[in-house]
Amino acid sequence: MAEHSQPLVNRYEVPRISTKHGHLWSWLTSVDHKQLGRMYLAASFVFFVLGGIEAFLIRLQLASPNNHFLSAQLYNQIFTMHGTTMIFLAIMPLTSGFMNYLVPLMIGARDVAFPRLNALSFWLFLFGGLLLYSSWFLGGAPNAGWWNYVPISGIHYNPGHGIDFYDIGLQIAGLGTLIGGINFLVTIINLRAPGMTMMRLPLFVWSTFVTSVLIVFALPPLSVNLFLQTFDRLFGAQFFNVPAGGNPLLWTNLFWIFGHPEVYILILPVFGIISEVLPTFARKPIFGYTAMVMATFVIGFLAFTVWVHHMFTLGYGPVVNSIFGITSMLIAIPTGVKIFNWIATMWEGQLTLNTAVLWVLGFLVCFTIGGMSGVMLAVSPADLQYNNSYFVVAHFHYVLIGGSLFGLFAGLYYWFPKFTGKVLSERLGKWNFWLMFIGFNVTFFPFHILGLLGMPRRIYTYAPGLGLTFWNQVSTFGVFILTAGLLVFTVNLFYTLSHRGTVAIGDPWDGRTLEWSIASPPPEYNFEQIPLVRARDPLWAEKMYGDGTMLSAAEAGHHAPEGMIHLPARTMMPAIMAFGLFVAGYGFIFHSIWLDVVGLLMTFGSLLKSMFEVDKGTYVPIEPPRGVTIDG
Amino acid sequence: MLSKYWRHWGLRGFAGIGLGLVLSGCGWNTTQSTLNPAGPVAKIQASMITSSFWIMMIVSAVTFTALVVAVIRFRARPGQNGLPPQIEGNNRIELLWTVTPAIILALMMIGTINQSFAFGKIYPATQALQVDVTGHQFWWQFQYPASNVTTANELHIPVGQKIELILTSADVMHSFWVPRLGGKTDLVPGRTNYMWIEASQPGIYHGQCAEFCGTGHADMRITVDAEPPARYAAWVQKMSHPISVPPKINTLAYAGYLDFAAVGCSACHTIGGTKYNGAIGPNLTDLSGRLLIAANLIPNNLKDREAWIHNPQAVKPGTLMPNLHVPHNEVVAIATYLGTLK
Repeated sequence: MAEHSQPLVNRYEVPRISTKHGHLWSWLTSVDHKQLGRMYLAASFVFFVLGGIEAFLIRLQLASPNNHFLSAQLYNQIFTMHGTTMIFLAIMPLTSGFMNYLVPLMIGARDVAFPRLNALSFWLFLFGGLLLYSSWFLGGAPNAGWWNYVPISGIHYNPGHGIDFYDIGLQIAGLGTLIGGINFLVTIINLRAPGMTMMRLPLFVWSTFVTSVLIVFALPPLSVNLFLQTFDRLFGAQFFNVPAGGNPLLWTNLFWIFGHPEVYILILPVFGIISEVLPTFARKPIFGYTAMVMATFVIGFLAFTVWVHHMFTLGYGPVVNSIFGITSMLIAIPTGVKIFNWIATMWEGQLTLNTAVLWVLGFLVCFTIGGMSGVMLAVSPADLQYNNSYFVVAHFHYVLIGGSLFGLFAGLYYWFPKFTGKVLSERLGKWNFWLMFIGFNVTFFPFHILGLLGMPRRIYTYAPGLGLTFWNQVSTFGVFILTAGLLVFTVNLFYTLSHRGTVAIGDPWDGRTLEWSIASPPPEYNFEQIPLVRARDPLWAEKMYGDGTMLSAAEAGHHAPEGMIHLPARTMMPAIMAFGLFVAGYGFIFHSIWLDVVGLLMTFGSLLKSMFEVDKGTYVPIEPPRGVTIDG
Repeated sequence: MLSKYWRHWGLRGFAGIGLGLVLSGCGWNTTQSTLNPAGPVAKIQASMITSSFWIMMIVSAVTFTALVVAVIRFRARPGQNGLPPQIEGNNRIELLWTVTPAIILALMMIGTINQSFAFGKIYPATQALQVDVTGHQFWWQFQYPASNVTTANELHIPVGQKIELILTSADVMHSFWVPRLGGKTDLVPGRTNYMWIEASQPGIYHGQCAEFCGTGHADMRITVDAEPPARYAAWVQKMSHPISVPPKINTLAYAGYLDFAAVGCSACHTIGGTKYNGAIGPNLTDLSGRLLIAANLIPNNLKDREAWIHNPQAVKPGTLMPNLHVPHNEVVAIATYLGTLK
């Protein structure tokens, strides 16, 4: 470990550049994982709000039968954008925000392995999302559902540009995700501090690791699908055109080979968050660390073996449906192991019931319900009834909101002091939690019933007399409570970030992992001295057996910086690269060669410049230590 | 500390609502309910739904009890000194909660495999009435190869007999779903899928397209008319010998009969017993016998037929039936004529 941190850079003339260039500039040029993490969180929160507005409109439309508040055409665009936004532009980048911010801190590194690539990931996500959202103003949003099945999304049945925005927007955003996955794998394998062996990794880092593996294997099928369709739609290829011998099931299979691992990409990081929050507030180590790591791997593996369960009604026959029913049920075993281990972590502990823990408990309740309905869905003969009904919609909202989102809120309340140096208000936090927990269940529990009563998903209205009206009204009522909860959260956010918010110390929760051993928010270089890790939960171990502070890796022969720390230099190249693809995207959609040329020149020009540029980096002076105390 | 009681009661209330809903039963007997089965397939599916639900309720009860006990008993209390025991795990317990769910799931897998094969069976013409189902944006075509009968949107079947549906699509993907008779199967262009259903008792069963297929997806509904075999045979007889040309004395209907071709309806629609043989839109033979029109969206009466012919888009957004700007008197005539089709 020692040699790769030797300061080779001294051979160059390295300018002492100040890292603070003013606000906008620092956002555009940052390669700092913490800054990028915050940018991920902020941007995806904006997309989350947009997706939430779409959800709100959907519920208003469904509040009464034969409603014409929204037209069928508009409704189809709104539900498509709602799903696409929440999955690709809200939950997924929210988890990326946490990974970016936390993984280097948790493994004792100064940054990720490829800081520029990290910036590129962010900008690709942002510009992909912006491209997709600009479709609202350029002829209409995509309208074929977030699966975008063919032939309904093919040029013949969908001649507008909406689907092209879906294809190219997700292609760009997906590239960012893929690059991010590679970056985190390399980071976790290579940049661990001395003593941070794999089996000492915090579980959030393990989750990031397995999630990254899933990303690396699952995103390419999506990219391939999007390319095939882009060729079909823009250049007259016939991959999915049935009269020409194309096959729509090629799309469905490639899509779900991506799509099922994708749902684990959305939930595994949250499992990691839960596994970090609970031990801290129960003041006990996680129960069954090895089992938790194994369960994460098994879930990651099984994620690739269940994709046909989205297509039990596609007529693949009893053998296929039985096999995929069985593999789908198997996922319940490692997931159950996790839930029981979390309960066991609380057992005999001293659980502080603060807002972060309330979110964890909300997660455990809702995710368990979602898991139960998941097992019911895996019973493939019964799934013929559930498939594409509101029962399925209930299931995935329970795992994606009650699961992913509640877990992300737990993480946000837990790490907000680290991210910003401020502690979110507990009083507002409890209102935030209870309103959202109740509102969520009132909104989404009726979906189970609606599905069983025969309500298919993706219908813009329904007939009176089917017994669907009452439960739809309950659900629409619930969405107001849910929205109130989100508003309280927004108030909490602004209140806390204003001068009235409570200032956080370095270790406000009596934490266990490395990020709590440094200031809140951490200095640009994270660790003044790379820490020496002597146990799992390294900071906790030092509190128990040492003097409560991390030892320096210098004691293990690691290079110890003096006065200045070398970091990668700021650059705008990643933002330009992504912006070039954004411009070229419009060129492809609107068949404008000169836009293509301008965009691709920007991308490849900045790529070439980056390739031949010698990044001399920059030296950052070590700041005087801010108050880092042990017991909050 | 208040929150723990809230959680406690919240959970109980939650389970209570769920239980109440299941036990009451009455709310489930609706026209499109999966839990109101009217045939063997739906019946088995309903019993699989309820039995898996109860298994999950037992598992939930155990999990949530453990969760609630953990939160109440092991919450932090003021004046607590020192640390709780730093337990890192227990392999025996770990094994217990790995193996127990595996056993429960194994039971569910057996049922899954059995019924998959039962439902996946394809019955030949000797054992089941064959019906070719073709999905269109946004209506259904039903063809009975044995009797050479074609109809649309309203599927007639004899009670107590297996019906083998042979499913394909003319355009995009659709899914055939009549919950009271059985689960759904997708209609995929370029592919043939099979599913069998059976109605145990006579009645009208409603369903709708369950795979998003475009603007008219929500309005692509299905009606199944399950009849005693004798009545079904009479229907086939009637369909094979339709009365489609009104007598000339009935001037309005006869004018409608002529207008049907004059304004262009016959370019898309077939009416058995006439020379109208368009093959793009639904077959209208015996239209007066149907309960609903526009893929079962609106009632089949004169006023609604007029509204539909006058401006189809206004009735059913996304429908591919064009607005031919038919003059009002001709709309009335055609609507009247369609009411005479027997």
